Amino acid sequence: MRKYGNIFANVDWATILIYLALVFIGWINIYAAVYSEDHHSIFDISQRYGKQLMWIGFALVLALIILMLEGQFFTSFAYPIYGVVMFSLVAVLLIGAKVNGATSWFQIGSFKIQPSEFAKFAAVLALSKYLSTLSINMKDIKTKMMAMVIIGLPAVLILLQNDTGSTLVYAAFVFVLYREGLSGNILLFGILAIIVFVLTLIFGPINIVITAVFGYIIVYGLLKFNLKVTLAALAMFGLAVFVYFNYQLSQHVIYYIIGACLFLLVGWLIIKKELKGKRTHYVGVAIFVMACLYIISIDFTFNKVLKEHQRTRITVLLGEEDKLIEQIEQLKVERDMPDISAEKKQELRDDIGEKRYSLRQLRQGNGWNIKQSLIAIGSGGFSGKGFLEGTQTKFDFVPEQSTDFIFCTIGEEWGFLGTFILMVLYTALFLRIIFLAERQRSIFSRVYGYSVASILFFHFVINIGMTIGLAPVIGIPLPFISYGGSSLWSFTILLFIFIKLDSERLNVLR
Amino acid sequence: MNNLSNRKFIVGLIFLVIGVIFSIRLFTIQVVNDDYKNDSDQNVLREIVQYPARGLVYDREGELLVYNEAAYDLMVIPKQVDTLDTLAFCKLLEIEKVEFVTKFNKAKAYSTYKPSTLVKEISSISYASIQEQLYKYPGFYVQTRTLRRYPRNSAAHILGYIGEVNQSTIEKKPYYKSGDYIGKSGLEYSYEELLRGQRGVKRVLVDVHNREKGSYKDGTNDTMAVRGTTINTTLDIVLQEYGERLMANKKGSIVAIEPQTGEILALVSAPNYNPNMLVGRAVRKNYPILSTDSLNPLFNRALMAQYPPGSIFKTVQALIGLEDGVISENSGFPCIKSLVNCHNHPSAQNVAQSVKMSCNPYYYSVFKRILQQRRAKSIFKDSEIGLGIWNKQVLKFGFGQRLPTDLPAIKRGTVPGIDFYNRWYGEGRWAFSTIYSLSIGQGEVEVIPLQMANLSAIIANKGYYYVPHLIKNVENSDTIPSIFMKKNSVGIKKKHFDPIVEGMFGVVYEPGGTARRARINDSIVVCGKTGTAQNPHGADHSVFIAFAPKDNPKIAIAVYVENAGFGGAWAAPIASLMMEQYLIDSIGTNNLAKEKRVLEANLMNVEFKE
Ligand SMILES: [Zn+2]
Repeated sequence: MRKYGNIFANVDWATILIYLALVFIGWINIYAAVYSEDHHSIFDISQRYGKQLMWIGFALVLALIILMLEGQFFTSFAYPIYGVVMFSLVAVLLIGAKVNGATSWFQIGSFKIQPSEFAKFAAVLALSKYLSTLSINMKDIKTKMMAMVIIGLPAVLILLQNDTGSTLVYAAFVFVLYREGLSGNILLFGILAIIVFVLTLIFGPINIVITAVFGYIIVYGLLKFNLKVTLAALAMFGLAVFVYFNYQLSQHVIYYIIGACLFLLVGWLIIKKELKGKRTHYVGVAIFVMACLYIISIDFTFNKVLKEHQRTRITVLLGEEDKLIEQIEQLKVERDMPDISAEKKQELRDDIGEKRYSLRQLRQGNGWNIKQSLIAIGSGGFSGKGFLEGTQTKFDFVPEQSTDFIFCTIGEEWGFLGTFILMVLYTALFLRIIFLAERQRSIFSRVYGYSVASILFFHFVINIGMTIGLAPVIGIPLPFISYGGSSLWSFTILLFIFIKLDSERLNVLR
Repeated sequence: MNNLSNRKFIVGLIFLVIGVIFSIRLFTIQVVNDDYKNDSDQNVLREIVQYPARGLVYDREGELLVYNEAAYDLMVIPKQVDTLDTLAFCKLLEIEKVEFVTKFNKAKAYSTYKPSTLVKEISSISYASIQEQLYKYPGFYVQTRTLRRYPRNSAAHILGYIGEVNQSTIEKKPYYKSGDYIGKSGLEYSYEELLRGQRGVKRVLVDVHNREKGSYKDGTNDTMAVRGTTINTTLDIVLQEYGERLMANKKGSIVAIEPQTGEILALVSAPNYNPNMLVGRAVRKNYPILSTDSLNPLFNRALMAQYPPGSIFKTVQALIGLEDGVISENSGFPCIKSLVNCHNHPSAQNVAQSVKMSCNPYYYSVFKRILQQRRAKSIFKDSEIGLGIWNKQVLKFGFGQRLPTDLPAIKRGTVPGIDFYNRWYGEGRWAFSTIYSLSIGQGEVEVIPLQMANLSAIIANKGYYYVPHLIKNVENSDTIPSIFMKKNSVGIKKKHFDPIVEGMFGVVYEPGGTARRARINDSIVVCGKTGTAQNPHGADHSVFIAFAPKDNPKIAIAVYVENAGFGGAWAAPIASLMMEQYLIDSIGTNNLAKEKRVLEANLMNVEFKE
């Protein structure tokens, strides 16, 4: 039944080819990113590209070993592997070395290894194992809880290492759980929450609340075809908004008014006995009230809970820099008005000073990095500046140009042509893995496949999204491309276990 | 289970949509938007300005007067500064930490990404040690500039000084950029465009730490700096320095001109200052000291001090009278002290004697004849017409107008005309009797020392002058400005100068002459005219104009010593020593006592009348 002689039997060559292509692209771009006249041999082991070549060699060996193993090995040892990796995550917290503020490295001599990279495939194995257990149903609350624990444990341990980026990766499992039966509303809810969060920060809570209330009343009214109720509610709400804008009431007052309106609305509806025996309405109203509270809380969370560097990450994305510049200019005009009291002038000066400070903070930190990253990629143009001709990355304008910001080098030297090919390669890889996962006979392999696709996808979205200004600055590597042994090996193991599982799919009994 | 299987499409769609969104975004920033390409160039392209060496300045004998010395400014780009060991860095720079922090904050306030000067003019020795360590301090670099140096420590008023351009100049003259140096006064100002040279620009690629990484496009677009043009001046620096020594502890000025060419040989204004005081970093300390000094050393008296000319002006009156035909060279007028005060002397029998004896009533009469020629019935109208004609004649001598010399900030002096007195007294309300003090160079007439020297040159030339100037020739050019090549006639026949020259000879050599102290030796004949300008504020000013030798004069000179009393006392010996120095290159033993007397004299605070 089995073809022992050939470890490449039934492997999916399309996936392997994309993998090899990405690894090769990574290597030559690491060479370009750190290239200097002094060290120009691409095999120079003292340089990053030389080292990366070594890592690639190891990774290929690892891939071969995985292909030589039985797929059964991983299903059998899923929990032990998970246990060992979780243990090492705890251990690294106690005896690990600190690099860039994160206690996530084991250091043995000059050799460093990051167990959090390997926690990914461990968590994937354990989750696959758990979800493939017979008699499991995603609808059960117990199943959800258990799945959350398997995913949450490494996430929490990594968070304790102060490595926020790697922690966030575990959010990627939402795709897997969704595929396995988690309510789609949760996925939708997550996406909506992100959209509302961003909109609130851009337009301010008041406007979003007002818009949401109007929208809700209209939709609700129209759905119920009750024009009278709708109009009455709109009139009341309109009055409240009118009062707010006319008397410049403080934000707190408007919250009370909105709250009062909502209570009035609900109370009125009850009194009118319009809702007799229709429980869903209460749920709808309750959800709406919570939504409003969420919007209001964003402002609070953003200003009070988030730390300074986290705030800048977000504000950079929201074009806060331009906003600040505009505000400063506005204040300057006011300050230079001739008929202004000395007191007021001083006040304005202080305001300008504060805004300037924020602007500087913004520019020096992630704002500057994002801008340089965009300049590097944008200056590549359609066909790029050519191999080794990039200036922005080579002259250190872009930070971390061989690790987290490696995409900038690709964008600068290979232009849109290069970046587009990369988009195609990655998207093709993700879709191919989903395709392969769907053809699996075992739930274990399918869950595993989805997990691989989701994790790779999450890294891809955050890493590239960050460099092109569509995602906050979170330092996680670009799979197969960024410099670094740990991440390359971890992704390779992750992917090749799936390739192995896939190659054995026909052997698995249904 | 089937409906869950459909979820693969949802997940696949999300993956695909993100891929498409990213591709669109990449297309937008890479292909559609051009801003990033410019930003990229701005990031890595640094224009390095190559400052040209400023032109050198020499005197007429080829002595170096101004040269350049390398200076190093420490620049900072605050944004690129890493965490800094301030204490060690201050030690390296040899400055106080407080000073460093203040300056650094100032630079930061100006701009975080544009360079500012942190420490100006580091010495070459400090520069060497700083340069060695500088790689440890990203964001700092050294810019080479040049400073002007004046090896002779003299002629400050002539050479002028340079300084950083101010904002209004930058707006008016687009060549200049902030931080450039520009001539602020003297020759540095007048010949700025020759001396400054041409800035060059080198484009280099730099990394984020502003370290040079190579030239841009192999330097094909770079321009080289062109060094400033060397200029040779007409100045005789030995004579200039001698003049400055003679004028030490005195207020006033000396102007010496070569009559045949208008070349200025010396132009002394006392008190003066060492030109090296206004160089580079020292300016900030020294300028306030000089500008608030009550003796006003920055004030160039030779061009800016307007004095009544006193008796030397009688030569002009005589020449106009002769040219007008209202007197002849043999006209005599009695010394009637009731007309205007005079000293005791026999009445002048001719023009030469009147010059020698400097008789005031004589010139009262001459001026009266010049003004009142019965051109109108009304005595007022007659004077008015006469003054109008006289005024035009005097202007031709270069008085009452800005001599277009090659030094800035020159005054015009005053030659009162009809309008002047109409404004003063009202039309038809003045006549000769109102304004007769003009006849002896007092009253409303005012001249600057340069104009006095020019008068001396006119008499030496017997009727013409070249605009006094300091430019002798310019490197790589055969010409000097045409205005200095033009012979200006004063409109008086040559023969009318003979009695004046005779009179000026008499002043020095004949009994009754007022300036025996102006004699040099037996072989060089000096002609001169003393003057004593009344000073309502204190002791009279001592004036002397002269030229020598009498035949074919080589030097014409004017000396004006404030509060020094009678012209023959101080101005005449100073002029004599200057001429001797110039003509013989040394002072004869017979004149050493005279020299000693002058050198030792302190006339700063004298309040006597001779
Ligand atoms: Zn007399």
